[in-house]
Amino acid sequence: MDELYRDQILEHYKRPHHFGRLDEFDLDFEDSNPFCGDEQHVFLKLDREGKVSEVAFEGQGCAISTAATSLLSDELEGMTREEILALPKDFVLELLGIDISATRMKCAMLGLKVVKGASLGKAADWEDEGEQGDPAEAASL
Amino acid sequence: MEPTATSAPTLPRSIEEIRGEFPILAREVHGQPLAYLDNGATAQKPLAVIETLDRYWREQNANVHRGVHTLSEEATELYEDARQTVASHLGADRREVVFVRNATEALNLVAYSWGHTNLTAGDRIVITEMEHHSNVVPWYQVAQEKEAQLDWAPIDAEGRLDLEALAKLLELGPKLVCVTHVSNVLGTINPIEEIARMAHDAGALLVVDGAQAGPKLELDMAALGADFYAVTAHKMYGPTGIGALFGRRELLEAMPPFIGGGSMIRKVSKDLITWADLPAKFEGGTPAIGEAIGFGAAVRWIDELGLPAIHAAEAELTAYALERVAEVPGLTIFGPPAGDDRGGIVSFAMVGVHSHDVSEILDRHGVAVRAGHHCAQVLMERLGVPATTRASFAVYNTRDEVDRLVEALLDARRVFEL
Repeated sequence: MDELYRDQILEHYKRPHHFGRLDEFDLDFEDSNPFCGDEQHVFLKLDREGKVSEVAFEGQGCAISTAATSLLSDELEGMTREEILALPKDFVLELLGIDISATRMKCAMLGLKVVKGASLGKAADWEDEGEQGDPAEAASL
Repeated sequence: MEPTATSAPTLPRSIEEIRGEFPILAREVHGQPLAYLDNGATAQKPLAVIETLDRYWREQNANVHRGVHTLSEEATELYEDARQTVASHLGADRREVVFVRNATEALNLVAYSWGHTNLTAGDRIVITEMEHHSNVVPWYQVAQEKEAQLDWAPIDAEGRLDLEALAKLLELGPKLVCVTHVSNVLGTINPIEEIARMAHDAGALLVVDGAQAGPKLELDMAALGADFYAVTAHKMYGPTGIGALFGRRELLEAMPPFIGGGSMIRKVSKDLITWADLPAKFEGGTPAIGEAIGFGAAVRWIDELGLPAIHAAEAELTAYALERVAEVPGLTIFGPPAGDDRGGIVSFAMVGVHSHDVSEILDRHGVAVRAGHHCAQVLMERLGVPATTRASFAVYNTRDEVDRLVEALLDARRVFEL
Protein backbone atom coordinates (compact mmCIF):
# COMPACT_ATOMS: atom_id res chain seq x y z
CA MET A 1 0.00 0.00 0.00
CA ASP A 2 2.83 2.32 0.69
CA GLU A 3 3.35 2.62 -3.06
CA LEU A 4 0.42 5.10 -3.04
CA TYR A 5 1.66 6.96 0.01
CA ARG A 6 5.36 6.79 -0.77
CA ASP A 7 7.71 9.42 0.59
CA GLN A 8 7.48 11.86 -2.30
CA ILE A 9 3.68 12.02 -2.08
CA LEU A 10 3.68 12.41 1.70
CA GLU A 11 6.39 15.05 1.52
CA HIS A 12 4.36 17.13 -0.95
CA TYR A 13 1.19 16.59 1.11
CA LYS A 14 2.74 17.68 4.38
CA ARG A 15 4.82 20.50 2.92
CA PRO A 16 3.22 21.48 -0.39
CA HIS A 17 5.31 23.72 -2.64
CA HIS A 18 3.99 27.18 -3.52
CA PHE A 19 1.30 26.91 -0.84
CA GLY A 20 -0.43 30.19 -0.03
CA ARG A 21 -1.72 33.20 -1.94
CA LEU A 22 -0.13 35.79 -4.21
CA ASP A 23 -0.78 39.42 -3.31
CA GLU A 24 -0.50 40.38 -6.95
CA PHE A 25 -1.58 38.03 -9.66
CA ASP A 26 -2.97 38.05 -13.19
CA LEU A 27 -5.03 34.85 -13.16
CA ASP A 28 -6.75 32.89 -10.46
CA PHE A 29 -9.34 30.17 -10.26
CA GLU A 30 -11.07 28.20 -7.54
CA ASP A 31 -12.84 24.88 -7.87
CA SER A 32 -13.84 21.92 -5.79
CA ASN A 33 -14.19 18.22 -6.21
CA PRO A 34 -17.84 17.52 -5.39
CA PHE A 35 -17.01 13.87 -4.79
CA CYS A 36 -15.02 14.59 -1.62
CA GLY A 37 -15.30 18.33 -1.03
CA ASP A 38 -11.64 19.06 -1.80
CA GLU A 39 -11.13 22.72 -2.69
CA GLN A 40 -8.23 24.45 -4.38
CA HIS A 41 -7.58 28.05 -5.35
CA VAL A 42 -4.65 28.78 -7.68
CA PHE A 43 -2.98 32.14 -8.43
CA LEU A 44 -0.76 32.80 -11.45
CA LYS A 45 1.37 35.88 -12.20
CA LEU A 46 2.49 36.37 -15.79
CA ASP A 47 5.58 38.18 -17.10
CA ARG A 48 5.59 40.54 -20.09
CA GLU A 49 5.82 37.65 -22.52
CA GLY A 50 2.75 36.07 -21.00
CA LYS A 51 4.70 33.30 -19.27
CA VAL A 52 4.00 32.22 -15.69
CA SER A 53 6.46 33.98 -13.38
CA GLU A 54 4.90 33.13 -10.03
CA VAL A 55 2.44 30.50 -8.84
CA ALA A 56 0.67 29.80 -5.59
CA PHE A 57 -2.21 27.65 -4.47
CA GLU A 58 -4.21 27.14 -1.33
CA GLY A 59 -7.03 24.87 -0.27
CA GLN A 60 -7.72 21.65 1.51
CA GLY A 61 -7.61 18.16 0.21
CA CYS A 62 -6.34 14.63 0.45
CA ALA A 63 -2.75 13.53 0.00
CA ILE A 64 -3.27 12.78 -3.68
CA SER A 65 -4.89 16.08 -4.68
CA THR A 66 -2.51 18.18 -2.59
CA ALA A 67 0.63 16.36 -3.78
CA ALA A 68 -0.53 16.45 -7.41
CA THR A 69 -1.03 20.22 -7.35
CA SER A 70 2.20 20.76 -5.45
CA LEU A 71 4.13 18.73 -8.04
CA LEU A 72 2.35 20.54 -10.86
CA SER A 73 3.13 23.93 -9.35
CA ASP A 74 6.85 23.17 -9.69
CA GLU A 75 6.45 22.82 -13.46
CA LEU A 76 4.36 25.86 -14.32
CA GLU A 77 6.92 28.66 -14.30
CA GLY A 78 7.78 29.72 -17.84
CA MET A 79 4.64 28.22 -19.36
CA THR A 80 2.16 30.24 -21.39
CA ARG A 81 -1.60 29.95 -20.97
CA GLU A 82 -1.74 28.01 -24.23
CA GLU A 83 0.89 25.58 -22.99
CA ILE A 84 -1.01 25.04 -19.74
CA LEU A 85 -4.24 24.40 -21.63
CA ALA A 86 -2.45 21.80 -23.74
CA LEU A 87 -1.21 19.79 -20.75
CA PRO A 88 -2.52 16.22 -20.86
CA LYS A 89 -3.63 14.14 -17.91
CA ASP A 90 -0.49 12.00 -18.18
CA PHE A 91 1.64 15.05 -17.39
CA VAL A 92 0.30 14.99 -13.82
CA LEU A 93 0.20 11.20 -13.58
CA GLU A 94 3.88 11.02 -14.55
CA LEU A 95 4.73 13.65 -11.93
CA LEU A 96 2.90 11.55 -9.32
CA GLY A 97 4.59 8.38 -10.57
CA ILE A 98 2.04 6.07 -8.94
CA ASP A 99 -0.99 4.12 -10.09
CA ILE A 100 -4.16 6.14 -9.55
CA SER A 101 -7.42 4.22 -9.27
CA ALA A 102 -10.52 5.43 -11.11
CA THR A 103 -12.07 6.68 -7.87
CA ARG A 104 -8.99 8.76 -7.00
CA MET A 105 -8.53 10.18 -10.52
CA LYS A 106 -10.65 13.24 -9.67
CA CYS A 107 -8.35 13.90 -6.70
CA ALA A 108 -5.25 13.66 -8.91
CA MET A 109 -6.75 15.91 -11.60
CA LEU A 110 -8.17 18.69 -9.40
CA GLY A 111 -5.03 20.85 -9.58
CA LEU A 112 -4.76 20.49 -13.36
CA LYS A 113 -8.41 21.42 -13.67
CA VAL A 114 -7.99 24.52 -11.53
CA VAL A 115 -4.80 25.62 -13.31
CA LYS A 116 -6.52 25.21 -16.66
CA GLY A 117 -9.51 27.13 -15.29
CA ALA A 118 -7.20 30.00 -14.35
CA SER A 119 -5.69 29.98 -17.85
CA LEU A 120 -9.07 29.89 -19.50
CA GLY A 121 -10.92 32.23 -17.15
CA LYS A 122 -13.69 29.68 -16.65
CA ALA A 123 -14.13 26.10 -15.59
CA ALA A 124 -12.23 23.71 -17.86
CA ASP A 125 -14.48 20.70 -17.82
CA TRP A 126 -13.64 17.66 -19.77
CA GLU A 127 -15.90 14.80 -20.60
CA ASP A 128 -14.52 12.15 -18.32
CA GLU A 129 -12.02 12.51 -15.53
CA GLY A 130 -11.83 8.76 -15.10
CA GLU A 131 -9.91 6.40 -17.31
CA GLN A 132 -10.62 8.12 -20.60
CA GLY A 133 -10.94 11.80 -21.30
CA ASP A 134 -8.21 14.11 -22.47
CA PRO A 135 -8.00 17.43 -20.66
CA ALA A 136 -5.63 18.66 -23.38
CA GLU A 137 -8.61 18.74 -25.70
CA ALA A 138 -10.96 20.27 -23.16
CA ALA A 139 -10.45 23.85 -24.00
CA SER A 140 -8.36 26.29 -25.90
CA LEU A 141 -8.17 30.05 -25.92
CA MET B 1 -37.09 -16.78 36.77
CA GLU B 2 -38.55 -13.40 36.04
CA PRO B 3 -36.70 -11.26 33.54
CA THR B 4 -35.09 -8.22 35.07
CA ALA B 5 -36.24 -4.83 33.94
CA THR B 6 -32.78 -3.97 32.64
CA SER B 7 -32.26 -7.01 30.42
CA ALA B 8 -31.90 -6.00 26.80
CA PRO B 9 -33.91 -7.89 24.19
CA THR B 10 -31.74 -10.54 22.58
CA LEU B 11 -31.52 -11.72 18.98
CA PRO B 12 -33.19 -15.08 18.25
CA ARG B 13 -30.06 -16.41 16.53
CA SER B 14 -26.34 -16.15 17.21
CA ILE B 15 -24.32 -13.49 15.42
CA GLU B 16 -22.46 -16.31 13.60
CA GLU B 17 -25.74 -17.69 12.29
CA ILE B 18 -26.88 -14.24 11.22
CA ARG B 19 -23.57 -13.58 9.46
CA GLY B 20 -23.97 -16.91 7.69
CA GLU B 21 -27.15 -15.58 6.07
CA PHE B 22 -25.12 -12.88 4.26
CA PRO B 23 -23.04 -14.54 1.52
CA ILE B 24 -21.03 -11.37 0.79
CA LEU B 25 -19.60 -11.33 4.32
CA ALA B 26 -17.55 -14.39 3.38
CA ARG B 27 -15.54 -12.56 0.72
CA GLU B 28 -12.10 -11.09 1.00
CA VAL B 29 -10.85 -7.60 0.10
CA HIS B 30 -7.12 -7.11 -0.53
CA GLY B 31 -6.53 -10.57 0.91
CA GLN B 32 -8.28 -9.71 4.18
CA PRO B 33 -11.70 -10.83 5.37
CA LEU B 34 -14.23 -8.10 4.59
CA ALA B 35 -15.21 -5.94 7.57
CA TYR B 36 -18.20 -4.11 6.13
CA LEU B 37 -18.73 -0.95 8.17
CA ASP B 38 -20.49 1.13 5.51
CA ASN B 39 -24.04 0.16 6.34
CA GLY B 40 -25.16 3.77 6.51
CA ALA B 41 -24.55 3.87 2.75
CA THR B 42 -26.23 0.55 2.06
CA ALA B 43 -26.68 -2.66 4.04
CA GLN B 44 -25.76 -6.11 2.73
CA LYS B 45 -28.56 -8.49 1.78
CA PRO B 46 -29.55 -11.71 3.58
CA LEU B 47 -30.44 -14.92 1.73
CA ALA B 48 -34.09 -14.31 2.64
CA VAL B 49 -34.04 -11.29 0.33
CA ILE B 50 -31.71 -12.70 -2.35
CA GLU B 51 -33.80 -15.87 -2.68
CA THR B 52 -37.08 -13.95 -2.80
CA LEU B 53 -35.74 -11.81 -5.66
CA ASP B 54 -34.36 -14.88 -7.44
CA ARG B 55 -37.67 -16.70 -7.17
CA TYR B 56 -39.59 -13.68 -8.41
CA TRP B 57 -37.43 -13.21 -11.52
CA ARG B 58 -37.35 -16.94 -12.28
CA GLU B 59 -40.94 -17.91 -11.56
CA GLN B 60 -43.29 -15.02 -10.87
CA ASN B 61 -42.40 -12.03 -13.08
CA ALA B 62 -45.32 -10.19 -14.70
CA ASN B 63 -46.69 -6.65 -14.70
CA VAL B 64 -49.06 -5.72 -11.89
CA HIS B 65 -52.63 -4.41 -11.82
CA ARG B 66 -53.09 -5.18 -15.54
CA GLY B 67 -53.25 -8.61 -17.05
CA VAL B 68 -55.99 -11.07 -16.29
CA HIS B 69 -53.69 -14.04 -16.30
CA THR B 70 -52.20 -16.17 -13.59
CA LEU B 71 -48.73 -14.64 -13.50
CA SER B 72 -50.04 -11.09 -13.40
CA GLU B 73 -52.42 -11.99 -10.61
CA GLU B 74 -49.61 -13.65 -8.67
CA ALA B 75 -47.28 -10.69 -9.17
CA THR B 76 -50.01 -8.25 -8.14
CA GLU B 77 -50.72 -10.24 -5.00
CA LEU B 78 -47.03 -10.40 -4.08
CA TYR B 79 -46.59 -6.67 -4.75
CA GLU B 80 -49.59 -5.72 -2.62
CA ASP B 81 -48.55 -8.22 0.08
CA ALA B 82 -45.22 -6.40 0.23
CA ARG B 83 -47.06 -3.10 0.67
CA GLN B 84 -49.11 -4.62 3.49
CA THR B 85 -45.92 -5.90 5.14
CA VAL B 86 -44.34 -2.44 5.00
CA ALA B 87 -47.58 -0.82 6.18
CA SER B 88 -47.87 -3.17 9.16
CA HIS B 89 -44.22 -2.56 9.99
CA LEU B 90 -44.93 1.19 10.06
CA GLY B 91 -48.21 0.83 11.92
CA ALA B 92 -49.95 2.38 8.93
CA ASP B 93 -52.87 1.67 6.63
CA ARG B 94 -51.81 0.20 3.27
CA ARG B 95 -53.36 3.20 1.49
CA GLU B 96 -50.91 5.41 3.35
CA VAL B 97 -47.84 3.62 1.95
CA VAL B 98 -46.62 4.78 -1.46
CA PHE B 99 -43.83 2.83 -3.12
CA VAL B 100 -41.09 5.12 -4.45
CA ARG B 101 -37.52 4.61 -5.61
CA ASN B 102 -35.84 5.70 -2.40
CA ALA B 103 -36.12 8.13 0.52
CA THR B 104 -34.97 10.96 -1.75
CA GLU B 105 -37.90 10.39 -4.09
CA ALA B 106 -40.28 10.16 -1.13
CA LEU B 107 -39.15 13.58 0.13
CA ASN B 108 -39.30 15.03 -3.39
CA LEU B 109 -42.84 13.72 -3.75
CA VAL B 110 -43.89 15.67 -0.66
CA ALA B 111 -41.99 18.79 -1.74
CA TYR B 112 -43.52 18.81 -5.21
CA SER B 113 -47.02 17.56 -4.54
CA TRP B 114 -47.72 19.01 -1.10
CA GLY B 115 -45.31 21.95 -1.45
CA HIS B 116 -46.58 23.21 -4.77
CA THR B 117 -50.17 23.04 -3.58
CA ASN B 118 -49.75 24.49 -0.11
CA LEU B 119 -46.80 26.89 -0.08
CA THR B 120 -47.03 30.54 -1.06
CA ALA B 121 -44.71 33.54 -0.91
CA GLY B 122 -43.49 34.32 2.59
CA ASP B 123 -44.26 30.87 4.01
CA ARG B 124 -41.57 29.33 6.18
CA ILE B 125 -40.11 25.82 6.25
CA VAL B 126 -37.87 24.67 9.11
CA ILE B 127 -35.05 22.24 8.29
CA THR B 128 -32.09 21.29 10.48
CA GLU B 129 -28.33 21.62 10.20
CA MET B 130 -27.96 17.84 10.34
CA GLU B 131 -30.06 17.04 7.25
CA HIS B 132 -28.84 14.90 4.39
CA HIS B 133 -29.05 16.77 1.06
CA SER B 134 -32.14 14.69 0.23
CA ASN B 135 -34.02 16.58 2.95
CA VAL B 136 -32.49 19.94 1.97
CA VAL B 137 -32.46 20.24 -1.80
CA PRO B 138 -36.17 19.54 -2.49
CA TRP B 139 -37.15 22.19 0.09
CA TYR B 140 -34.63 24.66 -1.30
CA GLN B 141 -36.07 24.12 -4.77
CA VAL B 142 -39.72 24.52 -3.80
CA ALA B 143 -38.86 27.48 -1.53
CA GLN B 144 -37.10 29.22 -4.42
CA GLU B 145 -40.03 28.67 -6.72
CA LYS B 146 -42.67 29.71 -4.19
CA GLU B 147 -40.59 32.48 -2.60
CA ALA B 148 -40.85 30.69 0.71
CA GLN B 149 -38.21 30.95 3.42
CA LEU B 150 -35.98 28.16 4.78
CA ASP B 151 -35.10 28.41 8.48
CA TRP B 152 -32.22 26.27 9.76
CA ALA B 153 -32.65 24.71 13.20
CA PRO B 154 -29.17 24.47 14.77
CA ILE B 155 -27.45 21.58 16.55
CA ASP B 156 -25.69 21.85 19.90
CA ALA B 157 -22.02 21.14 20.63
CA GLU B 158 -22.61 17.39 21.04
CA GLY B 159 -24.54 17.09 17.81
CA ARG B 160 -28.08 17.04 19.16
CA LEU B 161 -30.85 19.14 17.72
CA ASP B 162 -31.22 22.34 19.75
CA LEU B 163 -34.88 22.06 20.74
CA GLU B 164 -35.00 25.52 22.35
CA ALA B 165 -33.80 27.09 19.13
CA LEU B 166 -36.31 24.97 17.24
CA ALA B 167 -39.08 26.26 19.52
CA LYS B 168 -38.05 29.82 18.66
CA LEU B 169 -38.23 29.09 14.95
CA LEU B 170 -41.67 27.54 15.46
CA GLU B 171 -42.86 30.85 16.89
CA LEU B 172 -42.41 32.27 13.38
CA GLY B 173 -45.28 30.05 12.25
CA PRO B 174 -43.75 27.69 9.66
CA LYS B 175 -46.03 25.47 7.60
CA LEU B 176 -43.60 22.57 7.64
CA VAL B 177 -40.82 21.10 9.77
CA CYS B 178 -38.40 18.70 8.02
CA VAL B 179 -36.09 16.63 10.19
CA THR B 180 -34.07 13.44 10.01
CA HIS B 181 -34.89 10.69 12.52
CA VAL B 182 -31.28 9.46 12.75
CA SER B 183 -28.39 11.63 11.51
CA ASN B 184 -26.34 9.86 8.84
CA VAL B 185 -23.17 11.55 10.13
CA LEU B 186 -23.61 12.10 13.86
CA GLY B 187 -25.71 9.04 14.68
CA THR B 188 -27.99 11.32 16.71
CA ILE B 189 -31.47 9.88 17.22
CA ASN B 190 -33.84 12.83 17.23
CA PRO B 191 -36.86 12.81 19.61
CA ILE B 192 -39.47 12.66 16.85
CA GLU B 193 -42.49 12.33 19.20
CA GLU B 194 -41.50 15.52 20.97
CA ILE B 195 -40.67 17.36 17.74
CA ALA B 196 -44.04 16.26 16.30
CA ARG B 197 -45.87 17.68 19.33
CA MET B 198 -43.93 20.94 19.05
CA ALA B 199 -44.56 21.23 15.30
CA HIS B 200 -48.26 20.39 15.58
CA ASP B 201 -48.75 22.82 18.48
CA ALA B 202 -47.28 25.49 16.21
CA GLY B 203 -49.63 24.49 13.39
CA ALA B 204 -46.91 22.93 11.20
CA LEU B 205 -46.76 19.52 9.57
CA LEU B 206 -43.78 17.23 10.23
CA VAL B 207 -41.77 15.49 7.48
CA VAL B 208 -39.29 12.89 8.71
CA ASP B 209 -36.35 11.43 6.78
CA GLY B 210 -36.20 7.88 8.13
CA ALA B 211 -33.50 6.57 5.78
CA GLN B 212 -31.09 5.73 8.62
CA ALA B 213 -33.79 4.94 11.19
CA GLY B 214 -35.42 2.25 9.03
CA PRO B 215 -32.91 -0.52 9.84
CA LYS B 216 -32.47 0.55 13.47
CA LEU B 217 -35.68 1.65 15.18
CA GLU B 218 -39.21 0.43 15.66
CA LEU B 219 -41.40 2.76 13.66
CA ASP B 220 -45.01 3.29 14.66
CA MET B 221 -46.36 6.20 12.67
CA ALA B 222 -49.21 6.91 15.08
CA ALA B 223 -46.87 6.97 18.09
CA LEU B 224 -44.22 9.05 16.32
CA GLY B 225 -46.75 11.58 15.08
CA ALA B 226 -45.04 12.17 11.73
CA ASP B 227 -47.28 13.47 8.93
CA PHE B 228 -44.88 12.19 6.27
CA TYR B 229 -42.12 9.62 6.79
CA ALA B 230 -39.59 8.39 4.21
CA VAL B 231 -37.75 5.06 4.25
CA THR B 232 -35.52 3.28 1.75
CA ALA B 233 -35.27 -0.49 1.38
CA HIS B 234 -31.58 -0.83 0.61
CA LYS B 235 -30.50 0.44 4.00
CA MET B 236 -32.98 -2.07 5.55
CA TYR B 237 -31.24 -5.15 4.07
CA GLY B 238 -33.46 -4.93 0.97
CA PRO B 239 -32.84 -4.10 -2.70
CA THR B 240 -31.95 -0.71 -4.16
CA GLY B 241 -34.50 1.14 -6.28
CA ILE B 242 -37.39 0.82 -3.84
CA GLY B 243 -38.50 2.76 -0.79
CA ALA B 244 -41.69 3.96 0.77
CA LEU B 245 -43.38 7.20 1.67
CA PHE B 246 -45.82 7.13 4.55
CA GLY B 247 -48.30 9.99 4.45
CA ARG B 248 -51.35 10.56 6.60
CA ARG B 249 -54.33 9.55 4.54
CA GLU B 250 -56.20 12.84 4.58
CA LEU B 251 -53.03 14.63 3.45
CA LEU B 252 -52.36 12.20 0.61
CA GLU B 253 -56.03 12.33 -0.44
CA ALA B 254 -55.81 16.09 -0.85
CA MET B 255 -52.51 16.12 -2.75
CA PRO B 256 -52.20 16.09 -6.55
CA PRO B 257 -50.25 13.28 -8.26
CA PHE B 258 -46.47 13.59 -8.52
CA ILE B 259 -45.79 11.57 -11.68
CA GLY B 260 -48.41 11.24 -14.39
CA GLY B 261 -48.82 8.12 -16.50
CA GLY B 262 -50.23 4.63 -16.42
CA SER B 263 -51.63 3.08 -13.24
CA MET B 264 -52.27 6.38 -11.50
CA ILE B 265 -55.51 7.34 -13.26
CA ARG B 266 -59.12 6.42 -12.78
CA LYS B 267 -60.31 7.58 -16.20
CA VAL B 268 -58.71 9.47 -19.06
CA SER B 269 -60.79 11.26 -21.68
CA LYS B 270 -59.77 14.03 -24.06
CA ASP B 271 -60.74 16.80 -21.69
CA LEU B 272 -60.89 15.24 -18.24
CA ILE B 273 -58.57 12.96 -16.30
CA THR B 274 -59.44 11.69 -12.85
CA TRP B 275 -56.98 10.12 -10.45
CA ALA B 276 -56.80 6.61 -9.08
CA ASP B 277 -57.39 5.93 -5.40
CA LEU B 278 -54.55 5.86 -2.90
CA PRO B 279 -51.85 4.75 -3.12
CA ALA B 280 -51.97 4.14 -6.89
CA LYS B 281 -52.45 7.89 -7.47
CA PHE B 282 -48.77 8.35 -6.63
CA GLU B 283 -47.40 5.31 -8.48
CA GLY B 284 -47.41 6.31 -12.14
CA GLY B 285 -45.83 3.83 -14.54
CA THR B 286 -44.77 0.24 -13.98
CA PRO B 287 -43.31 0.12 -10.48
CA ALA B 288 -40.18 -1.70 -9.29
CA ILE B 289 -42.19 -4.87 -8.72
CA GLY B 290 -39.47 -7.40 -7.90
CA GLU B 291 -37.69 -4.84 -5.72
CA ALA B 292 -40.90 -4.07 -3.81
CA ILE B 293 -41.37 -7.78 -3.16
CA GLY B 294 -37.73 -7.96 -2.03
CA PHE B 295 -38.42 -4.98 0.27
CA GLY B 296 -41.26 -6.95 1.82
CA ALA B 297 -38.91 -9.91 2.38
CA ALA B 298 -36.36 -7.61 4.02
CA VAL B 299 -38.96 -6.15 6.37
CA ARG B 300 -40.14 -9.63 7.33
CA TRP B 301 -36.53 -10.61 8.00
CA ILE B 302 -36.02 -7.53 10.21
CA ASP B 303 -39.29 -8.12 12.06
CA GLU B 304 -38.39 -11.74 12.65
CA LEU B 305 -35.12 -10.69 14.33
CA GLY B 306 -36.96 -7.90 16.11
CA LEU B 307 -35.92 -4.25 15.97
CA PRO B 308 -35.56 -3.90 19.77
CA ALA B 309 -32.97 -6.69 19.69
CA ILE B 310 -31.26 -5.28 16.58
CA HIS B 311 -31.12 -1.85 18.23
CA ALA B 312 -29.77 -3.28 21.49
CA ALA B 313 -27.02 -5.22 19.66
CA GLU B 314 -26.01 -2.15 17.64
CA ALA B 315 -26.10 0.12 20.69
CA GLU B 316 -23.78 -2.26 22.53
CA LEU B 317 -21.37 -2.38 19.57
CA THR B 318 -21.53 1.41 19.12
CA ALA B 319 -20.62 1.99 22.77
CA TYR B 320 -17.67 -0.39 22.33
CA ALA B 321 -16.63 1.34 19.09
CA LEU B 322 -16.78 4.83 20.63
CA GLU B 323 -14.58 3.57 23.47
CA ARG B 324 -12.05 1.84 21.19
CA VAL B 325 -11.84 4.55 18.53
CA ALA B 326 -11.13 7.11 21.27
CA GLU B 327 -7.89 5.18 21.93
CA VAL B 328 -6.52 6.27 18.54
CA PRO B 329 -4.48 9.47 18.98
CA GLY B 330 -5.38 12.51 16.93
CA LEU B 331 -9.01 11.64 16.24
CA THR B 332 -11.91 14.05 16.60
CA ILE B 333 -15.09 12.03 17.10
CA PHE B 334 -18.42 13.64 16.24
CA GLY B 335 -21.89 13.11 17.66
CA PRO B 336 -23.39 12.48 21.08
CA PRO B 337 -21.78 10.06 23.56
CA ALA B 338 -23.06 6.47 23.69
CA GLY B 339 -26.60 6.34 25.00
CA ASP B 340 -30.23 6.08 24.11
CA ASP B 341 -30.04 8.87 21.56
CA ARG B 342 -27.00 7.54 19.71
CA GLY B 343 -27.47 5.20 16.74
CA GLY B 344 -24.82 2.90 15.26
CA ILE B 345 -22.87 5.54 13.34
CA VAL B 346 -19.39 6.75 14.33
CA SER B 347 -17.89 9.64 12.34
CA PHE B 348 -14.46 11.03 12.97
CA ALA B 349 -11.66 13.12 11.49
CA MET B 350 -7.98 12.26 11.85
CA VAL B 351 -5.83 15.35 12.32
CA GLY B 352 -3.33 15.53 9.47
CA VAL B 353 -4.93 12.85 7.27
CA HIS B 354 -7.79 13.49 4.86
CA SER B 355 -10.76 11.14 5.20
CA HIS B 356 -10.17 9.78 1.69
CA ASP B 357 -6.68 8.73 2.60
CA VAL B 358 -7.93 7.19 5.85
CA SER B 359 -10.56 5.27 3.90
CA GLU B 360 -8.05 4.11 1.30
CA ILE B 361 -5.71 2.72 3.96
CA LEU B 362 -8.61 1.09 5.83
CA ASP B 363 -9.66 -0.58 2.58
CA ARG B 364 -6.25 -2.23 2.26
CA HIS B 365 -7.05 -3.84 5.62
CA GLY B 366 -10.38 -5.09 4.28
CA VAL B 367 -12.27 -2.49 6.34
CA ALA B 368 -14.97 -0.71 4.31
CA VAL B 369 -16.05 2.72 5.60
CA ARG B 370 -17.42 5.88 4.03
CA ALA B 371 -15.31 8.97 3.50
CA GLY B 372 -16.41 12.41 2.39
CA HIS B 373 -19.06 14.95 3.18
CA HIS B 374 -21.86 12.33 3.39
CA CYS B 375 -24.21 14.56 1.38
CA ALA B 376 -24.39 16.81 4.43
CA GLN B 377 -22.29 19.84 3.50
CA VAL B 378 -24.17 22.23 5.80
CA LEU B 379 -23.34 19.92 8.69
CA MET B 380 -19.68 19.65 7.59
CA GLU B 381 -19.48 23.44 7.68
CA ARG B 382 -21.06 23.46 11.14
CA LEU B 383 -18.54 20.85 12.34
CA GLY B 384 -15.70 22.81 10.73
CA VAL B 385 -14.34 19.94 8.63
CA PRO B 386 -14.38 19.35 4.86
CA ALA B 387 -15.13 15.67 5.31
CA THR B 388 -15.26 12.87 7.85
CA THR B 389 -14.64 9.14 7.90
CA ARG B 390 -17.71 7.17 8.98
CA ALA B 391 -18.08 3.66 10.33
CA SER B 392 -21.72 2.59 10.42
CA PHE B 393 -22.93 -0.65 11.89
CA ALA B 394 -25.51 -3.28 11.08
CA VAL B 395 -26.80 -6.23 13.07
CA TYR B 396 -24.07 -8.53 11.65
CA ASN B 397 -21.08 -6.45 12.78
CA THR B 398 -18.79 -7.70 15.54
CA ARG B 399 -16.33 -6.43 18.13
CA ASP B 400 -13.59 -8.14 16.14
CA GLU B 401 -14.42 -5.89 13.18
CA VAL B 402 -14.26 -2.82 15.41
CA ASP B 403 -10.85 -3.99 16.65
CA ARG B 404 -9.70 -4.31 13.03
CA LEU B 405 -10.97 -0.78 12.34
CA VAL B 406 -8.86 0.51 15.23
CA GLU B 407 -5.77 -1.41 14.07
CA ALA B 408 -6.20 -0.01 10.56
CA LEU B 409 -6.55 3.53 11.93
CA LEU B 410 -3.30 3.09 13.84
CA ASP B 411 -1.71 1.91 10.59
CA ALA B 412 -2.96 5.07 8.83
CA ARG B 413 -1.06 7.08 11.41
CA ARG B 414 2.06 5.01 10.75
CA VAL B 415 1.76 5.48 6.97
CA PHE B 416 1.41 9.23 7.43
CA GLU B 417 4.29 9.18 9.92
CA LEU B 418 2.20 10.73 12.70
